[in-house]
Amino acid sequence: MKDLGFMSSRLRRGEMSFHEKLWQMSWSLVFWIACIFAIGFAMLYSAANGSVMPWAEPQLARFIVGLGILVGVAMIDIRILMRYAYVFYFAVMLLLIVVELRGAIGGGARRWIDLGIINLQPSELMKPAIVLALARYFHGLGIEEVGSPLSLLVPLALVFVPVPLIAIQPDLGTALVIVMASAGLFFMAGVRIWKFLAVGALGVIALPVAYYKVLHDYQRDRIRTFLNPESDPLGAGYHILQSKIALGSGGLFGKGFMAGTQSHLNFLPERQTDFIFTMLAEEFGMIGGLILLSLYCVVLIYGYAIAFRCRHQFGRLVAMGLTTTFFLYFFINIAMVMGLIPVVGVPLPMISYGGTALLTLMLCMGLLMNVFVHRDVQMAARGGFGDF
Amino acid sequence: MMITRDGDWTKMFNRRAVVLGGVQAALITTLVGRMYYLQVIESDRYKMLAEGNRINVQLLPPPRGRILDRFGQPLAVNSQQFRVLVIPEQTPKVSDTLNALAGLIELADYERDRIKKDVGRHRSFVPITVKENLTWDEMARIQVNAPDLPGVVIDEGLTRDYPHKDQAAHLLGYVAPVDEEDLNGDPLLQLPGFRIGKAGVERLYDSVLRGQGGTSQVEVNAYGRVIRELERREGEPGADIMLTIDERVQTAAAQTIATQLPFEEQSAAINVMDIYTGEILAMVSSPGFDPQIFGRAPTPQEWKDLSSDARAPLTNKAIAGRYSPGSTFKPCVALAALEHGVIAPEQTIHCSGQTTLGSRTWYCWKKGGHGSVDMPTAITQSCDCYFYEVARRLGVDRIAAMAHKLGLGELTGIGLPGEQKGLIPTEAWKKAARGEPWQQGETLNVGIGQGQVNVTPIQLVTYVARVANGGLAVKPTLIRATASTAAAAAAVARDNTDGAPTAMNGLESLSIPPEHVEVVHRGMFGAVNSGGGTAARAALKLTDADKLDWKMAGKTGSSQTHGLKRAERALGERKTWDTVPWELRDHGLFIAFGPFHAPRYAISCIIEHGKAGVNAAVLVKPVMEAVLHLDPSRKPRVDEVAAAAPGQEGAL
Repeated sequence: MKDLGFMSSRLRRGEMSFHEKLWQMSWSLVFWIACIFAIGFAMLYSAANGSVMPWAEPQLARFIVGLGILVGVAMIDIRILMRYAYVFYFAVMLLLIVVELRGAIGGGARRWIDLGIINLQPSELMKPAIVLALARYFHGLGIEEVGSPLSLLVPLALVFVPVPLIAIQPDLGTALVIVMASAGLFFMAGVRIWKFLAVGALGVIALPVAYYKVLHDYQRDRIRTFLNPESDPLGAGYHILQSKIALGSGGLFGKGFMAGTQSHLNFLPERQTDFIFTMLAEEFGMIGGLILLSLYCVVLIYGYAIAFRCRHQFGRLVAMGLTTTFFLYFFINIAMVMGLIPVVGVPLPMISYGGTALLTLMLCMGLLMNVFVHRDVQMAARGGFGDF
Repeated sequence: MMITRDGDWTKMFNRRAVVLGGVQAALITTLVGRMYYLQVIESDRYKMLAEGNRINVQLLPPPRGRILDRFGQPLAVNSQQFRVLVIPEQTPKVSDTLNALAGLIELADYERDRIKKDVGRHRSFVPITVKENLTWDEMARIQVNAPDLPGVVIDEGLTRDYPHKDQAAHLLGYVAPVDEEDLNGDPLLQLPGFRIGKAGVERLYDSVLRGQGGTSQVEVNAYGRVIRELERREGEPGADIMLTIDERVQTAAAQTIATQLPFEEQSAAINVMDIYTGEILAMVSSPGFDPQIFGRAPTPQEWKDLSSDARAPLTNKAIAGRYSPGSTFKPCVALAALEHGVIAPEQTIHCSGQTTLGSRTWYCWKKGGHGSVDMPTAITQSCDCYFYEVARRLGVDRIAAMAHKLGLGELTGIGLPGEQKGLIPTEAWKKAARGEPWQQGETLNVGIGQGQVNVTPIQLVTYVARVANGGLAVKPTLIRATASTAAAAAAVARDNTDGAPTAMNGLESLSIPPEHVEVVHRGMFGAVNSGGGTAARAALKLTDADKLDWKMAGKTGSSQTHGLKRAERALGERKTWDTVPWELRDHGLFIAFGPFHAPRYAISCIIEHGKAGVNAAVLVKPVMEAVLHLDPSRKPRVDEVAAAAPGQEGAL
């Protein structure tokens, strides 16, 4: 990354022109993201048996919109982001409540608000919102303050108020991603290890209660199926079994583009959304799977690098939170289709068909980019343009 | 201060970032490991599972072998049938389509119900049979209206067809859908709509006729829809079977019954056999039935008609009917008598019309008696008193021994399902079966083929054949050749190389002296050809090219059912048959062979409740004339159409 020393003081103050900010953007990261999307485009084309409709073409349009969002978000002054982090968070909370109250019924779950042109999925927006809110909160804390249990009450509330709302939609996958990404953020903010252990222990105690009281029947089925998938090969275990068959039969080099028998003969469920990795691995084999995984790792490394390069706590936390969120997306999805964890509805980032997920991801990438662009900006303790 | 705080932050942040990164790297490594496990280590297993998912093996039913007569004439063939199917996913509304179809072909309510059920049970791309066995007209009507019938298709299939309809129904049997108990591991049996032989030759030779199923490997999707065929292995069509039957003789026998007996009294069986080869030339059981109705499952009405008919149309009387042989048994008793020397042929016994034994009296059928009769005369005139006396002298066991020797009371080994064994009583049998000692009076009844004696028509024809061929242990057989008409042609040619029957040398002799046989032959000749013979009405008037008279010899028999007592009959009630209900009348039997100067063919005939043996003799006469005229054992068929062009009817 270029060290533009002659303008470093201006960078620090965040008074860059639009042109300078564009120059500061990591276009190589955009390139890698585009690479991942290109794989997704090809897979959606294959999923439709060699047709850009109904999935690949609309998804491309969304990606182009998403690129706009990415660049647009990256251009926003990071101090504005910090100032309005809570506002954004509460707005998304409000949307979640609206969804809960009168959300459209879709796929057996109330997840969407029909805005006419787009189905808005507030639970997706909660992912960046919670990262921004937590980052802002922890940015203002000193090390000693983080050590005090009382100071953790507010961030815990920030996490655990929206999570049940999302979980009862029900969207267990998103709830899980939010909790785990937040845990990562807590960790990065310096919360003591023993506190995680305590919460973890609490969770273990709460687990049976959650299993029997909170989870829906179909979710319990999925867990049972996960524990013993062959027990019911035509029922709940069908999806995961077929997914493993598809993956395994793909072998090292795969069956060839558009030649996946499991995918194209409909044995594989949801091949354009949650199980798209299976299709990729069936058609391009382990090699194809590894290439995609490597591209994801490249994005992860960019995320870490941006966090390390960032000079302010807010940016570091936002970068780490988003990177962790991104990691959780692809890890949970891939682990799920390979039968490592129970079936949870988490899309494969940049690949799975679906508007909100893609646009949210592009928003997250935009935020990551924003941190990179504003890595050297001086941030006040409580946000905004402050007293420096 | 701010700087140090910032520095602390940075140090901790970096430390923790490395930890978090390490955790993430470890998890990603897990993913890679899992990928390696699934896609490399376990790959072969999953490849197999994927192929199993994708590939369905479908069985192709082989065409069933034909059943041909000895000259290659078709007796059972596969004919093309047309059926109409509806594919639910291609038709907007199935019930509307059915309504439209009902305007073109007949559709009963129960058929509609079945279709509706089938549609509900299958996925929407599975064609559902609407109606089978369409006539040409029906098919044409549907074809013409095809544009208005979306999703309706006409399909060609094979159905078993019996050109002779009911004339050989029992012999050939029929094919019908597979039952639970038929399943024996042959996957063909599990094919929906597959038919197997359930009776007669169809059942006996089912394994030969069935053939081997082919397979078609098809690629299917998750819903079972066939995407394409990957590989096809044709099966082995069932082999043709050539029977010993001559379709012309079979037809003659069946038509004789049909034309000479009143319809409601058509309950009869006729067997025609070559006395040297044992080849059955005709086997008719009447009334018959249309074997095809079993292929498509009989309607309730058809089933009721068949099962409630007092004439037992479903029983093959030719092998499964058990009848007292009556006087047809007398040649057997005569041979036993000669064998054991209890009487000389020319020795006479006086018949006064009745015989007394102890306190009981046995009557001869002829009121007033036959006077003094020797053995040939006793056979010719069927004198009961003569045979009472001979039987008394012989004892039942010696009669039974001769009966068994001649093939009575034993399974003939023809193999057809349902063959009955019959019974020839002995002293030991009665002891075992009833726990009572044998009474001499019973021996007298046995002497005229009554009492416990009962035999089947196929045994009777075997018996008369063995008498006719001079005591050779011939056995009835149905199979001429399997596989090809060429073999049949060879068999015919072989028979024609010389006049001598080829199977003769292979036959075991029953060691009956020729002079004994000659006596019985003389008696049986007289029965048909002398004025006083019981079957004089059936005498042939047949002269061959060499101006040689062709005669037949025979023996009538009447077997009591539970109708009139012999005593009552003897007391002048013989003219009252027509006042007796049909089912109480005596059975009429006749056994015969011909031509007398060089015997070759034997016939047995039974008319249930046919009143008297002479009626059976009258039926046999045209059949014997036909068989002598055609001489199927020696002469090739004149109109060699089928033999010259084999495989036309059954061509698939």
